Amino acid sequence: MTPLISLAGVEKYYGDYHALRDLTLEIGAGEFFSLLGPSGCGKTTLLRTIAGFETPSSGSLRIDGRDMTGVPANRRPTNMVFQSYAIFPHLSVAENVGFGLRRAAGSRAEKMKKVEEALEMVGLSGFGKRAAHALSGGQRQRVALARALILKPKVLLLDEPMSALDKKLREQMQGELRRLQRQVGITFILVTHDQEEALIMSDRIAVMFDGRIAQLDTPQRLYRAPVNRQVAEFIGMMNFLPGELRREDGRFVASIRGLGTIPLPEEQVPTGAGPGPAQFGLRPESLSVVFGSEALPTGCFSDGTVAERAYYGDMTYYDIALSDGAAPITCSMRNLVSRPVLERGTKVRLAWEPGALCIFPG
Amino acid sequence: MAGATQRSEAATGLALVAPPLVYAVALLAVPMAVIVLFSFWTQDYLDLDTTLTLDNYREAWTDPIYRELMARSVYISGVVTLITVVLAFPVAYYISFHVAPERKALWIFLVTIPFWTSYLVRIFLWKVILGFNGVLNTSLIGIGLIDAPLTVILYNLNAVVIALAHAFAPFAILPIFVALERIDRSLLEAARDLGETARSAFVRVTLPLAMPGVVAASLIVFIPTIGDYITPRLVGGPGGLMIANMIQTQFLRLNNAPMGATLAVLAMLIVSGIALLFVLANRRFLKRRG
Repeated sequence: MTPLISLAGVEKYYGDYHALRDLTLEIGAGEFFSLLGPSGCGKTTLLRTIAGFETPSSGSLRIDGRDMTGVPANRRPTNMVFQSYAIFPHLSVAENVGFGLRRAAGSRAEKMKKVEEALEMVGLSGFGKRAAHALSGGQRQRVALARALILKPKVLLLDEPMSALDKKLREQMQGELRRLQRQVGITFILVTHDQEEALIMSDRIAVMFDGRIAQLDTPQRLYRAPVNRQVAEFIGMMNFLPGELRREDGRFVASIRGLGTIPLPEEQVPTGAGPGPAQFGLRPESLSVVFGSEALPTGCFSDGTVAERAYYGDMTYYDIALSDGAAPITCSMRNLVSRPVLERGTKVRLAWEPGALCIFPG
Repeated sequence: MAGATQRSEAATGLALVAPPLVYAVALLAVPMAVIVLFSFWTQDYLDLDTTLTLDNYREAWTDPIYRELMARSVYISGVVTLITVVLAFPVAYYISFHVAPERKALWIFLVTIPFWTSYLVRIFLWKVILGFNGVLNTSLIGIGLIDAPLTVILYNLNAVVIALAHAFAPFAILPIFVALERIDRSLLEAARDLGETARSAFVRVTLPLAMPGVVAASLIVFIPTIGDYITPRLVGGPGGLMIANMIQTQFLRLNNAPMGATLAVLAMLIVSGIALLFVLANRRFLKRRG
């Protein structure tokens, strides 16, 4: 894969504040790439650096093989959808969408046709004459998308585009954005603090903390094998259980408080990890309550009591207090008709998959 | 019950607005009505003829003196407005776009400093600066740019324009500043992102969005300057007199209040007409925005 965008050793300082720390990154053509992290982690700064609104303090940025040093935003092959959408309030929808075509070749009629096509692509046919300020949030986002895509950029940059939308609309737009990306085949770079959104939409995700990339991976790898506790805490829900990693007869063995001692296959232990205290991560869906009428799942078993429960409709989350007095462990169960929703205080048997254990040494 | 509450609420509301209402009626509506009434009367040497007539208007409209003064007033105000707004825009732009946010208040405060001195004092200062042996002339002669003092800068129309443009600068800077402050900066980035240079982004985005401020500034400068009479009186000389000077003359020197009232009403109508045309010409910039 020849990278479309490559960053090498990019640093950014604002006075004493170190916003980006030695970022090296390659993004391929046609990829849906997400920058995920909490606010202040530098993800927006990175996006704005690619767009040309920020200049790196050091390091290099290349887009499509061209060095971008000194190339202003208006001459980069990137277009951006802003968090506020930045719809020009003094222009109509069509004027907004056609804003960037002023310098493009072609007659007025051709440009108007392009605008109409772009509006059709985002599902806003016939909206051209409307005033921009009369649009709803979702419509504004579509206009911003059409306005950026009409210029056929090599890269589309999206700065938290869904954060202003309500949940239902957000879910709908996530699907549409993904469809649009496949349709136009342009590289999309999405900045978001919503891990679910990143997981749903991306081919690859870079998780950022404090101006650094903590992990760069596919959504599945990121969820299944977070490299450290910080990433694991940020993505999805996870139980952290203190324990010890030991070596017995040349094999790794985990001794976990509340869950007992189990042997671990070599490939599950992170490279470089040695015997010593460790945190063991287990996601709620890797644990299940054993209901009497159901076939016994495979795995390990522990006994406990329901300490708390949260009913979500499709799922119930149980906090199970394990018998040896360790902190309660969270377990999620799909609510099948045949399963009762357990009350607090119910004694239960817990089954869990040892293969799902994440190991964080130290 | 509900009706009673409503009535008493309405009564409370009326009671609350009554004092300012009385104040406004007594100090604005009544004098205005009196002026309009006077303009339909005539002065017969020492007596006031209260027969309603349009004679004054006829005279004001046909006498070349009144016409010239009125035209000159409109011209001076127009030029002052143009100069003030054109010079105020860069100042407002600088404060809004290039001054650090925490120092903007200080800059706005500095802009209002001229108001700390009485307007009369400032006008006399202009005399000192623009006079035959004034600061400007002596300096220019001193550095050899001119041989003899310039006489076109005091006691004529130019002096009035200079003094008024200076006096009204803060009034023009503030509304333009407010309009510029309201512009979402991401709009400018969006324009850059869509291929515009900094300059063309200014023309296509900043300027149209600042227009409400520019229109407000223009009206705020234009409307009061047309009726100004201290400035032309002190630095205008005979060639720089304006309609307000004539109104004052009619009322106080010629003891012809009806004629003065007529001129005042006409000036007001002309200002309103021009202001209205100006707003209409710019109405596409003034539409309400979400």
